[in-house]
Amino acid sequence: MSSNTDQPRISVQGLKFYYQNTLAIKNVSIDFADKCVTALIGPSGCGKSTLLRVFNRMYDLYPGQRAEGAVMVDGENIVDPSVAASKLRAKMGMVFQRPTPFPMSIFDNIAFPIKLYQNPSRSEMIDRVETALRKAALWNEVKDKLNQSGLGLSGGQQQRLCIARAIATHPEILLLDEPASALDPISTAQIDQLIDELRNEFCVVLVTHNLAQAARVSDFTAFLYLGEIIESGPTKQIFTAPREKQTEDYVTGRMG
Amino acid sequence: MKTDPMVILKRKIVNRMMIALFTIAVIISIGALAAILWKLSVAGLKGFTLDVFLKSTPAPGTGGGLLNAIVGSVVLVVTGLIGAIPIGIMAGTYLAEYGRNSRLGDVIRFCTDILLSAPSIIIGLFIYGIIVLPSGHFSAWAGAASLCLIALPVIVRTTEDMLRLVPDSLREAAIALGCPYWKMIVKIGWKAARPGIVTGILLALARISGETAPLLFTSLNNQFSTSTMNGPIASLPIVIFQFAMSPYKDWQNLAWSGAFLITITVLAINILSRSVFFKKRTQ
Repeated sequence: MSSNTDQPRISVQGLKFYYQNTLAIKNVSIDFADKCVTALIGPSGCGKSTLLRVFNRMYDLYPGQRAEGAVMVDGENIVDPSVAASKLRAKMGMVFQRPTPFPMSIFDNIAFPIKLYQNPSRSEMIDRVETALRKAALWNEVKDKLNQSGLGLSGGQQQRLCIARAIATHPEILLLDEPASALDPISTAQIDQLIDELRNEFCVVLVTHNLAQAARVSDFTAFLYLGEIIESGPTKQIFTAPREKQTEDYVTGRMG
Repeated sequence: MKTDPMVILKRKIVNRMMIALFTIAVIISIGALAAILWKLSVAGLKGFTLDVFLKSTPAPGTGGGLLNAIVGSVVLVVTGLIGAIPIGIMAGTYLAEYGRNSRLGDVIRFCTDILLSAPSIIIGLFIYGIIVLPSGHFSAWAGAASLCLIALPVIVRTTEDMLRLVPDSLREAAIALGCPYWKMIVKIGWKAARPGIVTGILLALARISGETAPLLFTSLNNQFSTSTMNGPIASLPIVIFQFAMSPYKDWQNLAWSGAFLITITVLAINILSRSVFFKKRTQ
């Protein structure tokens, strides 16, 4: 479905996901292109966040949740328990709906994930923290208060701090779970602009309730409903000339 | 709608009566505390000189202080806490992080609650049975062990409650970075819950610094300062108990001074723990 790369970065093949005995994702197959933003849209409970949480095996934390089928990343089926989750999560950065700064300084928030995988010298660490904060468009606002608590930042700044933290370990894929839904319009616009820049480096998967955001920032869009992909394709096509009636109803606001 | 003046009047009277009842209840409960503090201050300050801190417990009529009892209490309480803090924090962490929905977790939680409400004299008897009897003598170790057992459930439950207040989103955020679960607990969970955990430790400290019953069977008492944990040791609550029951006026005065000292210390610890907790909360 992508024109600028040949291989999909993530390839979902016949994925099923269960919460206990409830089937939340029913036989979903979809590819995600590299260096693109793919938006997952759909009404609440359609399984879009669940799909995102399969990609970094977040469901491992909760007994009773399980995935069947295949999600291929770099030739490995990542839902196979033999694939190490920590290695997988180094490849996948994730940003959540609510900002989740750790109760430590701004600097340490960024240094924390780096230290999980590497042991850089002090000066190299300072460089890497700065680079991550610059990429998240937060550097200018926090460069003079790196030692202050991350909890003291505004909501929008906290969310950009979380994005900086997610990209500090040089992941290849970014999973964004409604990253702007708890933010005001100005912060949302900043996040949108940031996503627009991140696409140059990452495969970005964006779950959003905000159709305008999906239309603005994504290259591809997939519409999910009741655990199934109803339609996916280039964002422009989904929003202007959808093939399916349900998609049209949703993007025009008649459903959901 | 037309209102019936009688109904309105009745409502006003009932309202006044209820307010009066609640106010009386508050006055009684706060009044009891105020009366205790008043009596303690008046009686305790009478003989409250520097000697209280500088001299050991005297023979009747010879003048002295509470030095050995204060030192003994500090030794017992600190030793008890050193045992209770790491075990309590680890057990509370287990309950909050690993034993959330497990049968084992429920059982441990239930047992901790029973331990929390167990009469302290029974804890003293238990330590008497397992330490004092086999070793053949009373000792500071035994006293510290019984205080440890009393502090333990307090720390376990506050640690668990405070870790449960840490939002799951914070846990997921750390896990999503590839952080191992144990490291997430140590670096993120404990850090986020730290003010609450410290509060729990301070409350446990306040609780055990006034305990008397478990020390009767374990550390007993000592008229002199002692430098060994292997023998009986003096402690404030026991000295108060002994001196207050005595017929000697100067002993009774020292008992009042000791009671005043303990009360002020416990009050200070409580105020401190609340300020630690609320300062962090409002940040």
